This record gives sequence, C-alpha cells and structure tokens, in this order.
Amino acid sequence: MKRAVLALADGTVFEGRSFGASSETVGEVVFNTSMFGYQEILTDPSYVGQIVTMAYPHMGNVGTTPEDEESARPHAVGMVVREYSEPSNWRSRESLDAYLARWKVGGIEGLDTRRLVRHLRTHGSQMGVLSTEGLTPAALIEKAKQAPGMEGLDLATGISTKAAYEWSKPTPRFVVGETELKVVPPRFRVVAVDYGLKKAMLQFLVDVGCQVTVVPAWTTAKDILDRKPDGVFLTNGPGDPAAVKGADTTVAALLGKVPVFGICLGHQILALALGGKTWKMKFGHRGANQPVKDLATGKVEITSQNHGFAVDAQSLEGKAVVTHLNLNDLTVEGLAVPDARAFSVQHHPEASPGPHDARYLFQRFADVMAGARVTA
Amino acid sequence: MPRRPEIKKVLLIGSGPIIIGQACEFDYSGTQAIKALKEEGIEVVLLNSNPATIMTDPEFAHRTYIEPITVEAAERIIQLEKPDSLLPTMGGQTALNLAKQLAEQGILARYGVKLIGASLEAINKAEDRKLFKEAMEKIGLELPKAGIATTMEEARALVKQFGYPSIIRPSFTLGGTGGGVAFDEEQFEQICASGLAASPVGSIQIDESVLGWKEYELEVVRDSKDNCIIVCSIENLDPMGVHTGDSITVAPAQTLTDKEYERMRDASLAIMREIGVDTGGSNVQFGLNPKDGRMVVIEMNPRVSRSSALASKATGYPIAKVAAKLAIGYTLDELKNDITRDTPASFEPTIDYVVVKVPKFNFEKFPKSPRTLGTMMRSVGEVMAIGRTFRESYLKAFRSLEQGRLPIPTKADALKRTPAEREELLRVPTPERPWVVFEALQVGMSVEEIHAITAMDPWFLRQFELLVKELNEVEEKGSLSKIDDGELKLLKSRGFSDAQLAQALHTTEAVVREERWKRNIRPVYKRVDTCAAEFEAFTPYLYSTYEEEDEAPPTNRQKIVILGSGPIRIGQGIEFDYCCVHAAFALRAAGFETIMVNCNPETVSTDYDTSDRLYFEPLTMEDVLEIIHREKPLGVIVQFGGQTPLKLSKPLEAAGVPILGTSPDAIDEAEDRERFSKLVDRLRLRQPENGISRSPEEAYRVAESIGYPVMVRPSYVLGGRAMEVVYDRADLERYMREAVLASPDHPVLIDRFLQAATEVDLDLVCDQTGACIVGGVLEHVEEAGVHSGDAACVMPPHSLAPEVIERLKDIAIALSRELKVVGLMNVQFAVQGKAIYVLEVNPRASRTVPFIAKATGVPLAKVAALCMAGKSLKEQGLTSDPEMHHYAVKESVFPFARFPNTDVILGPEMKSTGEVMGLDASVHAAFAKSQLASGSKLPRGGKVFVSVKDDDKPGLVDIVKRLRTLGFTIVATGGTLAYLERKGVPAERVNKVREGSPHVVDLMVKKEISLVINTTAGKKEISDSYAIRREALTRGLAYFTTMEAARMGVGALEAQAGGAREYKPIQDWLRR
Repeated sequence: MKRAVLALADGTVFEGRSFGASSETVGEVVFNTSMFGYQEILTDPSYVGQIVTMAYPHMGNVGTTPEDEESARPHAVGMVVREYSEPSNWRSRESLDAYLARWKVGGIEGLDTRRLVRHLRTHGSQMGVLSTEGLTPAALIEKAKQAPGMEGLDLATGISTKAAYEWSKPTPRFVVGETELKVVPPRFRVVAVDYGLKKAMLQFLVDVGCQVTVVPAWTTAKDILDRKPDGVFLTNGPGDPAAVKGADTTVAALLGKVPVFGICLGHQILALALGGKTWKMKFGHRGANQPVKDLATGKVEITSQNHGFAVDAQSLEGKAVVTHLNLNDLTVEGLAVPDARAFSVQHHPEASPGPHDARYLFQRFADVMAGARVTA
Repeated sequence: MPRRPEIKKVLLIGSGPIIIGQACEFDYSGTQAIKALKEEGIEVVLLNSNPATIMTDPEFAHRTYIEPITVEAAERIIQLEKPDSLLPTMGGQTALNLAKQLAEQGILARYGVKLIGASLEAINKAEDRKLFKEAMEKIGLELPKAGIATTMEEARALVKQFGYPSIIRPSFTLGGTGGGVAFDEEQFEQICASGLAASPVGSIQIDESVLGWKEYELEVVRDSKDNCIIVCSIENLDPMGVHTGDSITVAPAQTLTDKEYERMRDASLAIMREIGVDTGGSNVQFGLNPKDGRMVVIEMNPRVSRSSALASKATGYPIAKVAAKLAIGYTLDELKNDITRDTPASFEPTIDYVVVKVPKFNFEKFPKSPRTLGTMMRSVGEVMAIGRTFRESYLKAFRSLEQGRLPIPTKADALKRTPAEREELLRVPTPERPWVVFEALQVGMSVEEIHAITAMDPWFLRQFELLVKELNEVEEKGSLSKIDDGELKLLKSRGFSDAQLAQALHTTEAVVREERWKRNIRPVYKRVDTCAAEFEAFTPYLYSTYEEEDEAPPTNRQKIVILGSGPIRIGQGIEFDYCCVHAAFALRAAGFETIMVNCNPETVSTDYDTSDRLYFEPLTMEDVLEIIHREKPLGVIVQFGGQTPLKLSKPLEAAGVPILGTSPDAIDEAEDRERFSKLVDRLRLRQPENGISRSPEEAYRVAESIGYPVMVRPSYVLGGRAMEVVYDRADLERYMREAVLASPDHPVLIDRFLQAATEVDLDLVCDQTGACIVGGVLEHVEEAGVHSGDAACVMPPHSLAPEVIERLKDIAIALSRELKVVGLMNVQFAVQGKAIYVLEVNPRASRTVPFIAKATGVPLAKVAALCMAGKSLKEQGLTSDPEMHHYAVKESVFPFARFPNTDVILGPEMKSTGEVMGLDASVHAAFAKSQLASGSKLPRGGKVFVSVKDDDKPGLVDIVKRLRTLGFTIVATGGTLAYLERKGVPAERVNKVREGSPHVVDLMVKKEISLVINTTAGKKEISDSYAIRREALTRGLAYFTTMEAARMGVGALEAQAGGAREYKPIQDWLRR
C-alpha cells in the first residue's frame, strides 16, 4: 500500500498507509469514538469539510451498502483509522476501500490513532492535510496552517438541497425477522429546513405520521408558512451555526406561529433565533455513548452526537428552558420554549449510528403538533 | 434517587467452590460488591464455603460465614444475623438457586428479608425456559424453535418436529451440565436421559439447531429509574454450538453494522425490562444467521456472570460494583466513573482496542473423555489479552495460555497431519481447532474453504491468513538482517512474539530479542480508560502495543512487581491469585508501589484497584522483561503465582532481575530431584527410595530395585500431571509407552509407593533473619497416594501424636534454613508408623495457604510478602505458631460429571477444580460440613451399598456396625457380603453388575441407595465397579472411595445425628 501522511496545523505529523482514494485533502481533523456505523458517519453531511478519525481501530469490517447511507454520498473529506480491513457481512455490497476510492475520499491507516485522539483532546480539533502525494511533512504542515478554520464558515447553505422535495418513506426494515413498525398514516404536514440533513431524520418523522416537505436552507419564513405546515423541523448540518445566512431571523419569524423541532445545528439555530449565543468547543462531541439527562423526567438516555459548537445556557436565561444536559460536561443538550411550542436537542435522536434511546422525541414532536391543532 | 435508607444489613451469597462454569469471577464480583456496600455504611453478612477467596477474608464482610451454601445454613444465618436484605446476584447460579429456594420456601418472608438486585419473579422468568419463551414472544423477539420435555416420549416428539442436529439443555443447571448436541437418534437418547437426570426440576429443552450461526453477547446494566446501558458487546469466534465459556470471544463485536448492533441493543434493553431485572447487570446471548441476519435470543442471565467479569476487565467498567450500588437504590447518574473521575457511570463504555478471550482446557486430566466441545462448558479457566488490533490481541491471548506451543504452527508441522485428519479437526470443535485453522492456512486451504467447514466468520479467518502470510514472508527472508527497523516494528505491532519470529527465522527467541533491543524496538503502554481517550484516565490499567505514544511513564517510587498465575487450571487455581492479591495489599499498605502482571480476567488480581499499577499482559519472558525494563522495580515476587512465574525465575535472574525472597537456585534445588535427594541426605532426613530414569529400560531397572508398587511421574510438573501408582512391570511398560516420553531432557521420576501412610501438608513462613513460624499442619484424610490437592485435609491433625507434629515442624524448619527460605514454603510428608518421609518441598506459596489463613486468622501470604520486602516476623508481631481451638476440614470438588467415561477414583494426579472448608468444634462435625459444602448429600437413613477390596474388609466391620446403629441398612455384593456375614453383621445381598439384573446399579436407578462405600484396586476390579461409581456421581449420591474417607464420613453422620449443626462466622471462630 501507498504511504500516506496526516499533518496537523500545529506541526504534528502522523505517517501511515493509504486506503480509499489517492489524494490530498484539507479539512478539520476531528475524532469519533463510535465503534459501529462508519458508513453513516461518513455520509452524515455534518462532517462536510472534516477529516474524521475513528477511535476504534478496525474499520471496513462490514463493508458498505447503499442502505446505510445517510445522504447520497460521503461528506467527510478524509478518514483516519488504525487498521483497514476487507468486509465480511451479508449486507455488504462494496468494500470501504472501493467505496471511498469511488467517491474520491482519502483514507490513512496504520498510525497511532489513539495518540492522535489524545492530541486532539488536549490541543483541540484543528485543520490538517491528509496526503498520499509525497509532499514533505513541512510543506503539508504549512498547507494545514494556511487552511481557513471552521468558525464563521457557512457550510450548511452550501450543502442544502437546492429545491424543495417531498418525503414519505418510513424507516426501512433491512433484516429478516425484524419487528415491523406499525405503519402510521400521515397526519401532519411538516416542513423540514435542510441544513445538511440525515435521511434517518426524515424516516423517523414519517414513522410518527408526518408527510415531509424538505426545503432549502434559505427558504423564507413566509414561504415556509405558506405551505401551512403543522410543524417545522430544523435539521442537523455542518459547521458554525452563527454563520448560516439568515437562518436565525427565519426561525425567529416562525416561532409562536407553528411548532418547531430542531436537532443539532437546528437546535443551535433555534437558540440563536431566541437571541442566545453559541460557542466553539475544544474538540466537540462525536460518538454514540454520550449520557444526556432529561431534566423533566430525570432519566438518562445514551445518545449519538456529532457537533463542534454548543449553545451557551446563560445567553438563553429568560428566553428558553434548558431541558436536557450532557452529564459528561454539563453542556446544553436540549431547550424548549413551551409558549411557542418549540423545542430542540443537541444530540441525534435519529441515531444512525447510535442508540435509539432518544427516539421518543419524534413522537413528542407529533404530540406537540397534535396539541397545537386542538388549541388552534 | 439516593440509596434506600431502610437497607442496613445485607446478606450476600458467594458461589462456593471453584467448579467448571463458576470460577473466581465470582470472587471478583463478590469482593467488589462487599467493598461497594461497606462504603455506604451497610453491614455485610457473607455466606460462602470457599476459603480460597478474597471475599471471605475476615476484614472484608462484617460477618463471614464459611459454611455450606444450603437452605439450612442460610436460614440459620438469617435467624442469627437478621439481615433486612439478600443480594443474590453476585454468586453465580449457586447464589441464585439458593435465593430462589429461600424465597419459595417462605423463609425470606418469614424473617422479613427482601431480595435486592433481582426479584424471585425475574429469576424465574429468566431461568425457566417456558416463562422465558413467553416473555420473548410478548416483546416480539424470536427464539430458536424449541419445546420443553419432562419425559423421553415428549423429547422424541419434539426432535421429530425440529430434526437433527438437536440441542438439548437441562433446566436450572450450571454451564449446561448434562446438555449437548445430538446428531443422531442414539446420541439424542443418551443426552436427553442424562439431561433429565441432571436438571433439578427434571426438565429439558429441545432446540432447533442454530449450529454455525454467529453468536453474540451483550452486557446490560439497568437502574431503578429504568436507565439502561450496554457495557460491552462480545462476538464469539466459535459459532453457535460451542458453549460461550468454551469459545474464543472478541470484544467489541467485529462484524456488525450499526443497524444490526442497534437491533441487538434494542432487544437487550427490551429483554431486561420484560424480565424485570430492576437493578444490576445481566447478559443476553443472541444467535445470528450469517446468511440473512435472522436474530434469535439464546438466553439471559439476571446476574453478574463470567461474561460480565470479562466485560468489566475488557472495558474498565466495574459492573459488579455498580450493580451493588444500584441494588441499594442509587441510579447510574449518581455514580461516578472511577477511571475518568469526572464523568458519570451512566454512559456506555467505548473502547479503542480489541479484547480476545481464550478458554483454557484440561482434557489431558480426563484422557478417556472425548474432547469435542458442545453446549456443556468444559474449560477450567481463561485468559484475556488487550491489543490495538485483533491480530495483536489474538496472538497475545494465545501466548498467555501457556500451552507450550506457538500459536502459529510451521508449514512443516502442518503437513504432519493428513488432509482427512485436518478436515475432521476443523469440522468438530475441540481445544485443538485454533491450531488446526492455522495449519489449514499453512497448507494452502483458502479462507472460503475453512469457513465452509468451521462456519467461523471470514473476517477472522482473513486476519489469520494475513498473519500466516506475513510470517512466511519472514521465513523467506531468512534472517533478521534482511528485515529493516520499520518492518520489524510492523511485525511486532501485528502481535508476533519474539519466539514466533525466531521460529520463522530458525533462530532463538533470545537472538531476536537482543536484536530488537539493539534496534530499540520496544512496546509502548496504553491505558484502558472506558472512553477511547475522550477523557483523561486516572487509573493505571495498562496494556502493551507497538505504537508511537507511551501514555503511562513509570513513577520514581519504590516498586515491587508481583507476577500473577495466569489462567486457572487444575493444579493452579484461585489459591495462587489469592496469594498474589494478598502480596499486593500488604506491600501497598507498607508503602511500596505494587505492580501486578497477569492475564486472567476472572480474578481479583486484575481488578484495577487491587494494586497501584496493573499490566494486563501475558506472563511470558518477553512480556515480563519489557515491563521490568521500564519499571525498574526493587524486586519481583515469583513465588506466589504458582508454576507460571516460577518457571520464569531462573531466566529472569539470569537477565539481572532482582528476585525477592527465596533464591531461584534454592527453588531449583527443591524441585530438581537429584539436587533434592542430596539435600535430604545432607540433613539426614528420609525420603521414599527413588530413582530417575531417562529411558524405559532404566525405568524398569529402577523399579525392580525399589520394588513395586512405585509412584511414577515426569519431573517438573504441576498438580501431579501424569502421575500414577504402578503395581507391576506390565503396568510400568504401559506407562512408559503411553503416558510419558522419557528422554535425557525429560526424565521420569520413580519413587517407592508408601502404603498405608498418612500424608501431611505443612506450610511455614520465614523472614530474612531466619526466623520461621509454622502457619499450619494439615493431615490428609486419604492415605498417601491421593494427590494432596484432591485429598480431604484436617487442621489441626486429628490423629497424629503431638510429638510427631513437633518432629514434622522441626524437619520443615531445618529444610527452610538449609534452603535459606525467605517467604513461604510448603512441605509434604508421609508418616508411616514412626517413620517420617519427606515427599516434597515447595519453597513457594502452596494451594493450602488461603485455607490455613482462614483456619488460623494469620494471613500467611501477607506476612510472607512483608518478609520478602525486609520486614521481620518479629516486627510483624508474629513470634509463635498460631493455635487453633476448633477444627477446619478441607474437601475438594471434582468436575467428573462433565467428563464422560471418567472414573471418580482418586489417585496421584490432581483432578479437583476447587475446595470448600468446614469449620466446627469437633473434627467430625467439621467434616460433615465440608461434605455438605462440596455438594454431597449426607443421608439420614436408607440403604448403604458397601463393596470394598480385601485389604479394607477388616476395617469395614466397625463402619458398618456404626451405620446400622444410625438406622441404615446394609447392601453388599458377594465377597463383602460373605465377609460381613462371617463377622456376624447382617446385610442384604445384591448382584454385581456383571452378575446381571437386578444388580446394584438397578437399585441406584430406582433410588433405593442413599450412600455408597466402594474401594477397589487392580485394573479388572476397577473397571468392573466403574458403573457403580459413575452412577453414584450422576445421581448425586454421597459416596466414599477410600476407607479413611468412609470412616470420617460415618463420624460425620454420627455428628449429624447428634444434634443441630452450629453456624458461626469466622470472626467468632477466630476470637480467642
């Protein structure tokens, strides 16, 4: 296998072997601690512009299948793993190596990924260059230093759908003998504002009785309300929430007029719309094991997470209620504006990859919409 | 919710003796639970019959009952102690079964004791096949198609429906005792019959075959607020059909997508909720069809288990400790993660390494038993390894196993088998299969072909293929000089040991190591941190790998390294882990930094807070040297972990490593037959006449000159491996042909066999000033000839004269002075009339150390560790031998029921897996307790079958008379009957088996016999009476196979008839 090098902006260099595409790629180097679901992670649009380091050493074991894509293609620009391996799984259609090569995503394996994760934990996520092209480490470090960071970058607008479309497919069953979900006939019209959504979110909405219209990130509040939705759903997406052009004012204009449910970037945008602030975390939360406490019930759910920015709780005082907390670092995981029938969570109740503990939030959205109808 | 204030006193039940399926993982979990409860100010009462456990140390629980784990004992303890709660989930199936009986018999209700951790309803729902099936159907989960049978007719009807192969599982038995896989009608009939007999409720489950499916396990923890987490997922390398305890397993699961894993996770949580395990840990097993992903639930255990111990060690998440806290009311978010300190326990551990567990088998102890692995667990222990990749972890695990062979055979070795043999060994799972898979790859079989035969997942096979390919490339290069630094580092990061590389390069391990060191290619050490490095870890729980960053630099404190004992096996059990743990405790308290090296996930020694630093590493020269190289300890303790570290002592010393305590040369002097003989002569002591032979001819000559019968064995063995009493030349010829290969390097030792001699074990401890105390003298119940690990023992000696005991002590002290022992020493004596023979001297911790510590209250291992570190006995306040005012009896437990075609007669080769202790004021009452604790049912009446060899007949008369006085009637066969009649003792006649029905075994089948006394000698007689002993074993009847045991047994029955048994905690027994 070809040699590959990963150089970080702070001058740290890792050498390994190439898999996937031969390329040179620049991105923010982040790490994810999930042991399962690399394909969902790669195809999650929130990873756009990022080189994702998988903390678990073996990747490629289960290959890839179109069934496990969260969007039409990988969005991560690079993948860093301890050891790549060829697949063995009855659903696999293509090896991870071939899949990444097909989508021109570079991979590096055979390096001390634990050292890299510890480095990022200590020194923070930062820009890096992954190259198979034989440049000297010094040149790669220089490139990484020159690369613009994620802060202030409006990545969501760039990745959003260009035109509105309808979605009515529920979560598919891939596996023989899997319990069939009850088919819920569509009862609610939901407009989903696409900041870089994962397919699983739309499917979960359909599962609880929603007919979904997905609209571009720049759709105005008026256009959204003209569709007479029962609720508006703000999706996840990449990058700095404060940089998403016009999103905060759009959402502010919706509040009080229609129930709103936001996830991840959608949650951060809701906070901004309420006049709150967001901040960039040192290395973010990326994994499938994050403990989140629902402050109303006191119950803990294990959640899937992927974010580098967080909502500042103080900035929301008097404007919204903090409903969920991350028990590892007590950062805001959920907020609600009961009067406006709006709520949001930082973590990913649609999981994919990750535990389904927070799936009930989709039902909660349906209940809020039903409640709004009754009082309307 | 904080802890429930109404819980003030908890009764905890341990798992009893070490048996197959319940090893020291329950000492680990129980010890954690006691510590966790005590931290909360709760008074803990413990019931456990196993003295070799850390949990039964008097300073752990407040009240420690080393008593039989029976309803009678438990009820009495509840009366005495009045606990408000009973925690039944820490002591395996034994504790769960007792709790169930106590609940069902209304005892818990009568005394107002609440079950915490698992309710009776939850236990029943999880364990009763029918209730479990209904529960799974209710939540929409599939099981393999199955039915319950309570008769053979019902069983036959079910197999007609599902077809062969058919899986048979008895209800409510441990580790699948009595179950199996039947491929045809004949096997089916046989397994069903033994299964119905083995099940305490007389029912078996017949399953649709899911042989060859993938097998997974998830460890779940739930709290009273319904917060649920998965601690670990485990994938079995051996597909369905091999008991998970006998399978090689890997954590985390390697071949699942997130979709499939989450489905399994969802199912596990649903099962936990439906079964109703309110708080604590459980494990759930799944089968998965690799062709289409169909998932079936196999079983769940509503308690901590061997798998939860493994999951705890694999992730750093202490399941038993957390489960104990949850049982008293805490919720997961109220508990901290010990390792990260700042984050809560309400998360799911995620790891950035691969864990491989490999079972350890002892089939060589049961040569007549088939080695096929099935649904009945037969492994006696296990090892675990941690590596950054599967390959590294797998190879580390196999070198931890101490199998005396490298994990990857050479092509030349592989070619020694015929293709047909190879295919058979791939098809039928046996302990040999892991090697055969590599052989198959070496001879060019493809991954696809091997997968087709073994059903092992191709992912694993491909990893093996890569190993073989890389190793063969090394062989082609032929020399280290052709392997550059980068390549060598890569090879090491694959997990190849120096020895494995040396084999490929046709050189020695030492040469590879020297070259590697010259190039400064050394491992780095990483932390096990529960979180894949997301947070800082504070616990130095370490493993090696060949990567860039070392994240646990050594401290500059004064350190002592303790080498552990590796996998549990017959002959090297929990007793040695107990000693290592005690060394760690004592030296830590004395201010040293203690460093533990071990690879056994079941143990207390590998709990991350037992020592200051834990290296979870193989106990090989290579791995140990690397640790010592970086840690630079004051010294290394090799004498506590049994043969595993002992074998390393000389090479370690040669490598310049300071060995604490008795010198390796003295250890060698005691172990080497010829040097030992000289030592004995020098001290003018006596040992049985003996000789050494390096060829069969020499053996015959030596035996003739000593005179038959003789005791024969290979040198340097543990647990009496291949040790036999040989009665004549023909027998010796067979032995030299079949049992051992005598050679100049591997001599065979021949001793005169001492008939009618009493065997005695003595343990002493000596300090650096030469002062000694004798910790204890144990008299064996059985005559010399039964391995000391298998014999029942009495302390203090019940029949030896005081002057004999004094003489034994004098001899032992003289030996210790001559060997300059610092630390522990064990001596085995045979006393024949007035003559005292020294059989063996072991200048190291012995199996009897924990027993003596429990009997006397003097923690010998701790004392010895401090002696080695320079603290004198006087400084420790020990100036005289401990005295006893009660009796302690050790009895052994045996795994015979799991090994078909195996006789239960005891001999010089050790067969027992564990031990129990009976404590009482009189020797017979203590013996009675030891029998009950070992699982024997002491009858109060009925028929006793007696059949003894001629030598034993005179002694039988008194025994039989006493039995008749107790109200028993006597049944005997021809010769014994005639003898008894001549002596005027009435007895009923019954046919020997070969005399035809109705014979003695028929009576046993009809449940008409309550006790069997059967002694025998000679090949033919033994084989004639085999069926009787095997039947007694299968039926769970009390039986004695030696006269000494029978005599003690009758004494025990008399003591039992004499009044109610007294139960008392050891804290009271030890009070002066």
